Amino acid sequence: MQSIAKEKFQVIGLEENAVEETARPRIGYFQDAWRRLRQNKVATLALFILIAIVIMVIIGPKLSGYAYEEVDKAARNQFPNAKHWFGTDKLGRDMFARVWISGRVSLIIGVAGALISAVIGCIYGGIAAYFGGVVDDVMMRIVEILISVPYLIVVIVLSIVLQSKGMGTLILAMTVTGWCGMARFVRAQMLSIKNEEYILAAKALGVKPWKIITRHMIPNTLSTVIVSITFDIPGYIFSEAFLSYIGLGIQPPKTSWGALASAAQAQFTFYPYQLFFPAFMIALTMLCFTLLGDGLRDALDPKLRK
Amino acid sequence: MNDRLIEVKDLCKFFKVGKGNTLKAVDHVNLYINKGETLGLVGESGCGKTTCGRTILRLYDATSGQVLFDGKDVSKMRGKELLEFKKRAQIIFQDPYSSLDPRMTIGEIIAEGMDVHTNYTAKEKDAKIAELLNSVGMKEDFANRFAHELSGGQRQRIGIARALAVNPDFIVCDEPISALDVSIQAQVVNLLIKLQRERGLTYLFISHDLSMVRHISDRVGVMYLGSLVELTKSKEIFENPRHPYTKVLMSAIPVADPEIDGEKKRIEIKGEVPSPIHAPSGCKFRTRCPYATEVCAQEIPKLREVKEGHFVACHHCNEE
Repeated sequence: MQSIAKEKFQVIGLEENAVEETARPRIGYFQDAWRRLRQNKVATLALFILIAIVIMVIIGPKLSGYAYEEVDKAARNQFPNAKHWFGTDKLGRDMFARVWISGRVSLIIGVAGALISAVIGCIYGGIAAYFGGVVDDVMMRIVEILISVPYLIVVIVLSIVLQSKGMGTLILAMTVTGWCGMARFVRAQMLSIKNEEYILAAKALGVKPWKIITRHMIPNTLSTVIVSITFDIPGYIFSEAFLSYIGLGIQPPKTSWGALASAAQAQFTFYPYQLFFPAFMIALTMLCFTLLGDGLRDALDPKLRK
Repeated sequence: MNDRLIEVKDLCKFFKVGKGNTLKAVDHVNLYINKGETLGLVGESGCGKTTCGRTILRLYDATSGQVLFDGKDVSKMRGKELLEFKKRAQIIFQDPYSSLDPRMTIGEIIAEGMDVHTNYTAKEKDAKIAELLNSVGMKEDFANRFAHELSGGQRQRIGIARALAVNPDFIVCDEPISALDVSIQAQVVNLLIKLQRERGLTYLFISHDLSMVRHISDRVGVMYLGSLVELTKSKEIFENPRHPYTKVLMSAIPVADPEIDGEKKRIEIKGEVPSPIHAPSGCKFRTRCPYATEVCAQEIPKLREVKEGHFVACHHCNEE
């Protein structure tokens, strides 16, 4: 073997009494997650776009100077121009105002739907996992039955029974079975955590059951639940858009992105911009939520901490 | 009798499995542990060592039998008394990867027991955590770390620190070294011995590593299929095992010197360990025992004293 000359080696630094580990300032779990989320450029960008969308949804309808329901027969089907930034629809209503006002409905339904299902699902799944046995069996059979009911039928039945097709009905219709998925998810998470040795260690230390739940079981499921909520929101936004598109959702004069797309679809070949804006907003919002969820999943996992 | 910290009388822990089957994980085990000593508990995988340890700590409720801690029946403890018992009796787990909560920092993990049993201020708690970390040979900086940042040996030391945080008298060491590298095993065992000397701890040391058990234990109990088959002084069991199963077990210890190891005679036994769900009648070892006779199939051998402090459960062991 070729020997390497000693001169080729050089000391590049050696600290006397170097401490094996350097101290790190004590930071909380969510602080740390936030720090890591910011390092993820894609997720940060998605977060900023979402914040921008939310701000525009709040102030946007006022910006163009036209009310969203204001009909102007003289300005029908105008392409985007200096006066109407996103153009006008077939009744001469300003698309810019309409896109943002409908964004309110879509976002509220998306976020509210996901949150309500998450809360119900967590409580239900948590109870099933904690008590186990017969309770668990019965509760999970109920979930399986509910999950097998097609939600289109639920929506139609509910809108007939409640005699309304407003936002409330839509949220109710989507969450009435929507929480089942979350319940299953939370139950599975809690069941796997329940058998971990650190739970046993806490029991051996005499930690009280509710403290075991709040200090070990919930924190260990929370991050996956947050991620799952973020992934659920685009699903709800899309469901709303789909229901409005087929005419089961928001009714005029109120509007949502799905309803806008549905109205534009009739004259899509002549005025494609009328479809483009709502469709683009749906796609952008869904994409941003998905990317943010992806970033959150990495940020909330302490095993990926560097 | 007064120096016995733990006394286990006819302890049974059965699990129901499937339809009408019971798994006798711990089957009428009798043993005692004196204050300040280490009792090693050895046996093959699945022979009920871990279940035995956990049942003693009341992590599982015993099916029948008694565990006396300082003369008091553990299963009858309630409320404050039970909390006091949990403060005095602790456990170190086998798997250092699943025994630490991944969401908590090391400091929080160690402080968990203190939160239950003491009311230190935040400052006192920090000082205590630092002291505990030092006593298990780690720097106090680790308090801000998460468990996954540490190596297996470091994690196991955190597990020890967590148990020590409540100043226990008795610790069940549930195979604390079997998940570690050989070089780290010695470190952890020596740490346990050092802590025992400093704090006067009593250990129940569960392991299947016979040479480690010899190193740390004062007395050793041997389990086979949920039953205790032999219980005596550590030196005695390695030099003069009486139960046929113990003899086999001892002959299987490898010796580092190949010349001696090559000369050593291994006793071989036939067959596999029977399923604990359908354990043989009478003496559980009879299906594999070279000395088995009719009486072994009919009567369950009782643990009896064949020599002072030497207990064996076998029909064919004569008293000396």
